Amino acid sequence: MSAQSVERYQTLADALPGRNLPWLNAIRQVALGSFAASGFPSPREEEWKYTNVTALEKKLFQWLPPSAAEPVDAAWLEAHKLAEAWILVLVDGCFNAGLSVLDGLPENIIATGLAEALIHYPDQVENRLGAALARESHGFLTFNTAYFSDGAVIEIPAGVVLEKPLQILHVSTQNEALANTRSLVGLGANAEATLVETFVGVAGVGYLTAAVTEIRLGENAGLVHYKVQVESDKAYHFGGVYVKQEKSSRFTQHNLSFGGLLARHEIHTAVGKAGECELNGLFLAKGRQHVDNHTLIHHSEPYGTSRETYRGVLADRARGVFQGRIVVHSQAQKTSAEMNNRNLLLSEDAEIDAKPQLEILADDVKCSHGVAVGQLNPESVFYLVSRGVDTETAKNMLTFAFANEMVEKIGLEVLRGQVQGHLLDLFPQTGIRRDWL
Amino acid sequence: MLKIENLHVRVEDKPILKGITLHVKPGEVHAIMGPNGSGKSTLSHILAGRDGYEVTSGTVTYQGKNLLEMPPEERAREGVFLAFQYPVEIPGVSNVYLLKAALNAVRKHRGLSELDAIDFLKMIKQKIKLVQMDEKFLYRAVNEGFSGGEKKRNEILQMAVLEPKLCILDETDSGLDIDALKIVSDGVNSLRAADRSFILVTHYQRLLDYIKPDHVHVLAQGRIVKSGDASLALELEERGYGWIDQTVSVAA
Repeated sequence: MSAQSVERYQTLADALPGRNLPWLNAIRQVALGSFAASGFPSPREEEWKYTNVTALEKKLFQWLPPSAAEPVDAAWLEAHKLAEAWILVLVDGCFNAGLSVLDGLPENIIATGLAEALIHYPDQVENRLGAALARESHGFLTFNTAYFSDGAVIEIPAGVVLEKPLQILHVSTQNEALANTRSLVGLGANAEATLVETFVGVAGVGYLTAAVTEIRLGENAGLVHYKVQVESDKAYHFGGVYVKQEKSSRFTQHNLSFGGLLARHEIHTAVGKAGECELNGLFLAKGRQHVDNHTLIHHSEPYGTSRETYRGVLADRARGVFQGRIVVHSQAQKTSAEMNNRNLLLSEDAEIDAKPQLEILADDVKCSHGVAVGQLNPESVFYLVSRGVDTETAKNMLTFAFANEMVEKIGLEVLRGQVQGHLLDLFPQTGIRRDWL
Repeated sequence: MLKIENLHVRVEDKPILKGITLHVKPGEVHAIMGPNGSGKSTLSHILAGRDGYEVTSGTVTYQGKNLLEMPPEERAREGVFLAFQYPVEIPGVSNVYLLKAALNAVRKHRGLSELDAIDFLKMIKQKIKLVQMDEKFLYRAVNEGFSGGEKKRNEILQMAVLEPKLCILDETDSGLDIDALKIVSDGVNSLRAADRSFILVTHYQRLLDYIKPDHVHVLAQGRIVKSGDASLALELEERGYGWIDQTVSVAA
């Protein structure tokens, strides 16, 4: 099966960026060999047990060179752009400078497409590409490395505190399109930034997003990373974020997943000495949507802290997965790690597989985890109903509240409003009113 | 206003109320007192429409309608209000949101238009003074992290906003210190009106020092075993529930 996909995808290889760079060709060749041997991940692999992507082998997703791209509806795109931000727009997997917003970006900051960066800063890209993926390996990553068509490159030098947020807006516009991107984000020592990655697709269009983001945080750097996934309801989404945190750096991530037919999120980080990591996740799925959250926190150095909170709401026949793993290595004494996952099942046919894993190899640590799966609390429903609110509205209010608590953690106000809008779109019934919030 | 006739209620197989008859006229304040396990809370829950109870016989008529047939939200819209003994915490739903949703549901039922944001806020700021709560409580999640006293005051605030006809206060005095008790009582007293009735369910007499009842009923083992005026409460305070238990066993 994978031989077939290799053959199909191989036809695009010549059009991929960086063909003139021997080091890149070598990396791509190795990845290709691995992908050819194993293909996309199989449910036989432990880490892919709950998510079956074998259907992808039979689909004919193809990368469309930028010249083939259809014009994007400006008003629709505008709605997904963040106000007061620098924005890199990727359309069907290719950086589009014309749609991007980079006016006034300080000169010492790099924010561009990966293909561009391979032309202008090939050495920097060579140093960085794959650096955060040392411990990773599965079919999506080898596929991504072998065939990435473009991506975003962001480099913020030491000591720079970015005054406005950056956004990478991943847009998919065409049926059967493949958006296979690699993004590289680096913050030098003491630098601070906010990065929003938004994934959107034109309604009704079916496509595959395979987006890999590598993040490197220098000593004492701080990054708040938001991922907003509102792909079309026919889309397949694989999005992996892999982080390498140097000493005392802080990484906060908010993973907000609403769209897609099948979505798999990977958030893996290696916390440095006295580093901090906060992972917040909210996933909502209905109909036949499937959403899989795979998080992994390595505490390899002492004095690190991690806080992880994930919430899921599953309706109809939707299926959710939370696989959260924390590894505290033997030298990581004085680590403090907490993981919590709560899931709300709104129908009898909805399903969640929740698998928290704590592996503690050090002896002087504070770690805890908790997982809960349940329905709405009948006491709370009755309380609202006893005030005159009808039962359906009461249930909607409580479900909304459960999810909204995660939305309220979003510090970036313009984004919080946008995300609340996405959340409200999923509650079309009466009762939740924006003007009352 | 409210006519309870020979009401029998059980929970699973256990009879809790064994023939309650109680008539409440508009403007009256009735106190229902009794020891733990006498069925006081069951009575307030059954009036508010909580499920899990089975009415085996008897009727409850509220303003000429069969109350037991109404779903709980309709009871609320028709003017029945239960101040809970243990108000639930609802993280993620702000107080002001609940108040708006509830008030507009009630207004709609009464054929009134929804209040706009400005009128609503004006009204709410006036009502919140009744229970001496800070306005910041409006924007906090319903009861989340509130002290016992704050939760009870919040119940009275909701009552003041919804302007019900029949207010049932389930052990509203429990867990209150004397200052909070006074604030809650003042709030209730300010809502007393000729067309509004109250049922105060309480274990102790002290609430009745602040809210003076017209009638006092003593509930024991699922029956009203004694009714009288406010002086009955004082007598109970003096002689304790043991006195009532004796009366009941003699009667049996």
